[in-house]
Amino acid sequence: MSDKPRKFKGGVHPNDSKALSAHKPIQEAPLLDSYKVIMHQNIGAPPELLVKKGDEVKKGTLLAKAGGFVSVPLHSPTSGTIKMIDKVPGPTGISVPCIEIAADGEDEWDSPFEPITDWKTTDPVELRQRVWDAGVVGMGGAAFPSHVKLSPPDDKKIDMLILNGAECEPYLTADHRLMLENAKEVVIGGSILARILGLESCVIGVENNKPDAVEMLKKAAANHSVHVQDLPVNYPQGAEKQLIYAITGREVPVGALPMDIGCVVQNVASAAAVYEAVVNGRPSIDRITTVTGKPLVDPGNWKFRIGTPISKALELAGGITEQPAKLLLGGPMMGIAQSSLDVTTMKNTSGILLIAQDEVSQYTSEPCIRCGRCVDCCPMQILPATISQAVENHRFDWAEQLNVMACIECGSCSYSCPSHRPLNQQFKRAKVEIRAGLRKKG
Amino acid sequence: MDSLIAIISVGVIGTVLGVVIGIVAKVFAVDVDERIEQVEEMLPGANCGGCGFAGCADFAKGVVAEKATPAQCPVCSREDVVAISDYLGIAAEEKEKMVALVRCSGDIPNTQRSLYNGVRDCQSAVLVAGGAKGCDYGCLGFGSCAEACPFGAIEMRAGLAIVHKDLCVGCENCVAACPKELIKMVPAAATTHVYCNSPEKGAAKRKVCQTACIACRKCVKASGEEDYMEIDGFLIRSNYENPPSADLVEAAACPTTALRVDTEHAKGAYGGEA
Repeated sequence: MSDKPRKFKGGVHPNDSKALSAHKPIQEAPLLDSYKVIMHQNIGAPPELLVKKGDEVKKGTLLAKAGGFVSVPLHSPTSGTIKMIDKVPGPTGISVPCIEIAADGEDEWDSPFEPITDWKTTDPVELRQRVWDAGVVGMGGAAFPSHVKLSPPDDKKIDMLILNGAECEPYLTADHRLMLENAKEVVIGGSILARILGLESCVIGVENNKPDAVEMLKKAAANHSVHVQDLPVNYPQGAEKQLIYAITGREVPVGALPMDIGCVVQNVASAAAVYEAVVNGRPSIDRITTVTGKPLVDPGNWKFRIGTPISKALELAGGITEQPAKLLLGGPMMGIAQSSLDVTTMKNTSGILLIAQDEVSQYTSEPCIRCGRCVDCCPMQILPATISQAVENHRFDWAEQLNVMACIECGSCSYSCPSHRPLNQQFKRAKVEIRAGLRKKG
Repeated sequence: MDSLIAIISVGVIGTVLGVVIGIVAKVFAVDVDERIEQVEEMLPGANCGGCGFAGCADFAKGVVAEKATPAQCPVCSREDVVAISDYLGIAAEEKEKMVALVRCSGDIPNTQRSLYNGVRDCQSAVLVAGGAKGCDYGCLGFGSCAEACPFGAIEMRAGLAIVHKDLCVGCENCVAACPKELIKMVPAAATTHVYCNSPEKGAAKRKVCQTACIACRKCVKASGEEDYMEIDGFLIRSNYENPPSADLVEAAACPTTALRVDTEHAKGAYGGEA
């Protein structure tokens, strides 16, 4: 492997605004009176509920078991009683089922499994089962169950494990602080993941705007066969396919998975969760989230239990100094706008971001002027302008021919468009229509 | 001299090809059933696809081949159906006219919760935080159904789709266009409907919409012995087997005005949406 990473084609350089929270150490969020844990926190099948109203639970008690292979169990974030099984506004704007837990203040652990201290000699199958039992998902944002990526079919040989610490999304610093403060956990988590895949080593990719994190990781990795690779700053460097290309030079074919070219990518926060699950025997019930934005008094990084309402997170950040224009879960490029403060944090909530009135403008879309900026910046090398035309004319077949399915929804095209065209949203729509069409065909 | 040769040779070629075409036309002639053309003439020619065929020509073929009955055309009036049936010498079927019903009364002043300036169609809005309105089940208000309607029967008023019953022919194009599955086909003879589709509890509905059905059952009580209304959890619907008349609206005094007379609803007589 060469030390010089490759530069993927395209990408944009938005103002990263990470200075707001990058220097703030991770703080443990105080225990709340109640947590509203959203049931379905992973991509794939929803888990099956195991508790009912009035049940006593401990911290770590299984609330729901995996509802299939592509599904993960859900654990209680604290000890207390199940107050209600109700609905809360979900991050996508639709109300979703949740389990409300009234905390008893004891915060007493009852982990469903024991620590595995000798993981270096433990059977990889057992380690993988632990990752699944602990409910670890892709904590970079997609919430894809981690154990699925660790179970490649026999005919696919994996020779590369990459830990994603790029954190290219502006504003977010959660992974940055994690790598800085818990470098050892990330490195050991990575080594455990490598062992599960039958690999000797793994690579951690970090954008070079976090030199302190790179240094800490290198120090922590000294006694492990973990390689730390600094990467040039270019959004979306942290997208799976772009990261693989930057580090290995391999390209994931359209419609294929990283696994098809021998790669597995896991987020650094997921690696830390794997460490917790294996070495400490603790299920995935919390995560580090960046609460940031200009309107906040005191932006920072907190460790939130799952089920913490956004309103509480904003209170911890000192409240607001001005009326914000927008509230996003995630970063400004790919985050989803929220309409309610009752939405609660999940395993994939990497950031809670407030955007001030003077940082956004309400615009209307203008016709495409064929400038080609979207084509230049598209990291997947598709033709956003042409696909947009296809979608506007309801020609989803044409959009499919133009490989809209390869779109990773990074938002670079929408960001760069001088006509403010809602390109990203049009492609999301096209992908939904095409998938629905495929389902109909069977 | 040269020009004469050209004229003669082109003339000869023309004659020979003409004869060939004449023979081919006779030998390979396709018998077209003239009834198909006649039936197509009698159909409305809107090509709306409401019959399930690819258009009026295809439907005409189907009718002549007895794969379909004239009454399956949703646009044809009773007289048209009788005329086609008489022409083909078949019995004219009785058919109840159906119209589309958008089961929502939540317009923008009533239910908006957030600003949305993305792509202006319902399927796209659903993908971004579920649209701009507070209710998860209601009309999104970007008019995908109105766009799908070939007859201009759906009007978008203050972000709410309103069906004009006199223009609706029942082609069902709007039904598939709605990502919330809000549009239902109901008998045109029924005049009184519950304009709500949310299965949530009453209190949750009232939080996001002032005109939701809160299942207070006043309309059920006002129906007396008759089963005009059907109860479905926290939602009440008109029973289209035995639909209520417009009088029930007054008798029930629906506290949220979710129970409405369709023509009044279309006129905007219930306040808020004018």
